[in-house]
Amino acid sequence: MLKVKRLVKDFGRARIINPTSFDVQKDEIVSLVGPNGAGKTTLVNLISGHIKATGGQIEFLGRDITHASPYRRIKMGIARNFQITNLFEDSSVLENVRICLFSVYGKIKKGILPADHYKAITDEAIGILDIFGISEKKDLLPGNLSEGDKKVLDTAMAFALRSKFLLLDEPTSGVATGDKFKVMDTIIAAIKKEKMACLIIEHDMDIVSDYTDRVLVLAEGSVIADGNPKEIMEQKNVKEILFGVKG
Amino acid sequence: MEIWIIYILNGMYFASFLFLTSLGLSIILGVMGILNLAHGSLFAIGAFMAAFIIGALAEKAPVTIFVIGLLAALGVAGLMGLLLEVSIIRPMYNRALEYQLLITFGALLLIEDLIKMTWGGTAYYASKPFEMMGTFAVGANEYPFYFLFAILIAVIAGIGVWLIMSKTKAGIMLRAISMDREMATAMGIQIRRLNTMAFGIGAALAGLAGALVIPTTPALLGIGMDPLIIAFIVVVLGGLGSLKGALVGSVIVGETRSIGIVLFPEIELPLLFLIAVIILVFRPQGLFGR
Amino acid sequence: MKFHERVMRPKFFAYLGVFILLLFLPLLLPIYQLMLIESGLTFAILSLGFNLLLRYTGLLSFGHGALFATGAYAVGMMGEYYPQLYRIEILIPVALIASLVVSAIFGFICVRHTRIFFSILALAVSMVMFALLVKLYNLTGGSDGLHIDLPIMLGKSYEGMKRFEFLSGAFYYFLLLSFVGCAILMFAIVNSPFGKALQSIRDNEVRAEMIGIRVRRYRWYAFIISGMFCGFGGALWSFVNGHVTPEISEWVFSGEIVYMTLLGGFMVFEGPIIGAILFTYLKLYAVSITQYWMFIIGATLVVLVLLLPEGIAGGFARLAKKIKSRSAAGVA
Repeated sequence: MLKVKRLVKDFGRARIINPTSFDVQKDEIVSLVGPNGAGKTTLVNLISGHIKATGGQIEFLGRDITHASPYRRIKMGIARNFQITNLFEDSSVLENVRICLFSVYGKIKKGILPADHYKAITDEAIGILDIFGISEKKDLLPGNLSEGDKKVLDTAMAFALRSKFLLLDEPTSGVATGDKFKVMDTIIAAIKKEKMACLIIEHDMDIVSDYTDRVLVLAEGSVIADGNPKEIMEQKNVKEILFGVKG
Repeated sequence: MEIWIIYILNGMYFASFLFLTSLGLSIILGVMGILNLAHGSLFAIGAFMAAFIIGALAEKAPVTIFVIGLLAALGVAGLMGLLLEVSIIRPMYNRALEYQLLITFGALLLIEDLIKMTWGGTAYYASKPFEMMGTFAVGANEYPFYFLFAILIAVIAGIGVWLIMSKTKAGIMLRAISMDREMATAMGIQIRRLNTMAFGIGAALAGLAGALVIPTTPALLGIGMDPLIIAFIVVVLGGLGSLKGALVGSVIVGETRSIGIVLFPEIELPLLFLIAVIILVFRPQGLFGR
Repeated sequence: MKFHERVMRPKFFAYLGVFILLLFLPLLLPIYQLMLIESGLTFAILSLGFNLLLRYTGLLSFGHGALFATGAYAVGMMGEYYPQLYRIEILIPVALIASLVVSAIFGFICVRHTRIFFSILALAVSMVMFALLVKLYNLTGGSDGLHIDLPIMLGKSYEGMKRFEFLSGAFYYFLLLSFVGCAILMFAIVNSPFGKALQSIRDNEVRAEMIGIRVRRYRWYAFIISGMFCGFGGALWSFVNGHVTPEISEWVFSGEIVYMTLLGGFMVFEGPIIGAILFTYLKLYAVSITQYWMFIIGATLVVLVLLLPEGIAGGFARLAKKIKSRSAAGVA
């Protein structure tokens, strides 16, 4: 589904991403790990279109999207959440999700009937909130949610865009440790149900091994490992990079 | 042929007070992030102040009095700016940008009527300095010395600002703030005091510009509105926060107006605006913008 | 909420009451007061249009007088150059089309920029229109403006009738219905998915773009709709005022539009309406006691922004909420 070919990103004279290539298949859940500063968020920004690549190619569903705008990529089916939650603070939780649905279903041009009239969409929004376990909070404003719930909402919104490919930047950061697995259960179950492909930036290696099919290890702008989580994590160089463990 | 030299020099005259106004606007916008809608009114204060002083005392020694008038205009406008900043703009720092615009707009309305209260609604003519300086010949035409004087003042002021910005500690800090406000705060720079200073400098420049036009234009109510808009056009054209941008932008706009008046006498502001819009369509960040 | 639940709230009955009162106003008020209310109603339509941009899309325009002027001058110029077509059924659509075209152009220029630049760009554009209205005097009557005759309304000609008779008769009801129609239409728009999209743009334009809303384009749409409401208000106003001059495109009037919207409170839907009516009376009163009208609105604007940013209606709304929660707490 997603093919990244020799992708390069320079900021001025600093090369942040070295020629990098990898694929993500349909239905795959891939995690992207690596030490801080390795370039993980940059890579996600390159795929979502918020940063322009300096070189290389990105292909999605067979089409070259290297120069496509973020808007185009959204329309093609790539959605993302944000590391720092980025919500509509003046609208309720339900409305946050519902506006995503309105956008996806092309309803945002409809200017006469009230939004509440669109029962099917409203119910769907509630359904999505249900999947993510936050439907009792549907009338609250984001400001009244816990950090973890905000993250879940952020992910729910990306999910609501009915995309084919989801980019998740640390979906459980800020969530209380006890809840992390519950949140991941919900997210992964929803993703699998909709048969979405997913690329997740994660730091928690337990989550990586429990929930993802494949892991990409990024260090200093290059992919140094690509494969099954359990095997990869046994590799010496990976252990060194991720845990600083030598030998 | 020489007539074109006259037109170009006229354009430079216009550019000189435009430069001062837009530089002031740009400093305030760059350092504080506030678009000062009251800028035209500060221009007007300068104009009225100078007109008043010249009108009252000019019989004696016109040029000296005029210089005093310029300084007074600069001072009063600058003071008004400081007063505004401290009283009503400061509380707005943490509010949404719209509120800042609204407050400066409120200041605009207040100052316009304060001017009316102080100086009444009639026009103040103060052309003595202009007449006293006389003209010199350019080919078959006469060119007023006063225009050169104005250009000179603008150049001096511009150099002065440049010196402040690059050589003094405060100026360097102002530039730092305008480049990256968060970083500057993190580095412990006293944003508040410098904001006030920036606003004061910007206001003083506007006042000086207003004073400069007085010998050729009477001080009238609403005299500051067109300069506000044209200064904004210059700032947008030249790119935000850059002295070079203000300079180049002013010259371009000044020359355009000068030549434009020859070709299409009636359509000043709309013509300028049209050109600005065309440029902005192709380069939304302006000519020198970041 | 079901339709009848939503409708049968106390607010609805209040509106109904006000509407019925307004219906009988020509019988209750002297013509002079009635004309004041009529002015206020046209300004209310204007403010509703303005607030679509401010409250719901997050754009503050200091140049909306130009759009009001478009509608007013459309009527004036029709009267001047096409007197044979001077019927309300033609004049209103012409004014709306003119507003559509003008706001499409103005909006296109302005929405391409950040919010601050938008504000002053709108001011600049309106001043350009002002300059054009004054300088192209052969077309527009220059600073003297244009006289507005009484139009043919629904087949009936009012030629020869005194303006105040016209205004206290059929025209009043036409205006009232227009106002109610505009209010209902605007209410529908802001609560629709389109309105929600605009609000998400206001709230967080980065995220809005991220969920597939083309921010620039939707701002442009909002500008056009806003402009058409304002132009409609301007056209109606021209009949009440009897005369159109370039001043309505000048910055002072644009500032008054901002002021009246803020006065009533822009956070509440009805705020601009209340602000517009209040403003009409406030201005009349203030201008009669002092020549320093700008000082008064400047000072009150500053006070409003500093202390009561939600305006009067907003302040009431907050107060009502407080009372409600306090009484609920008291009961519990």
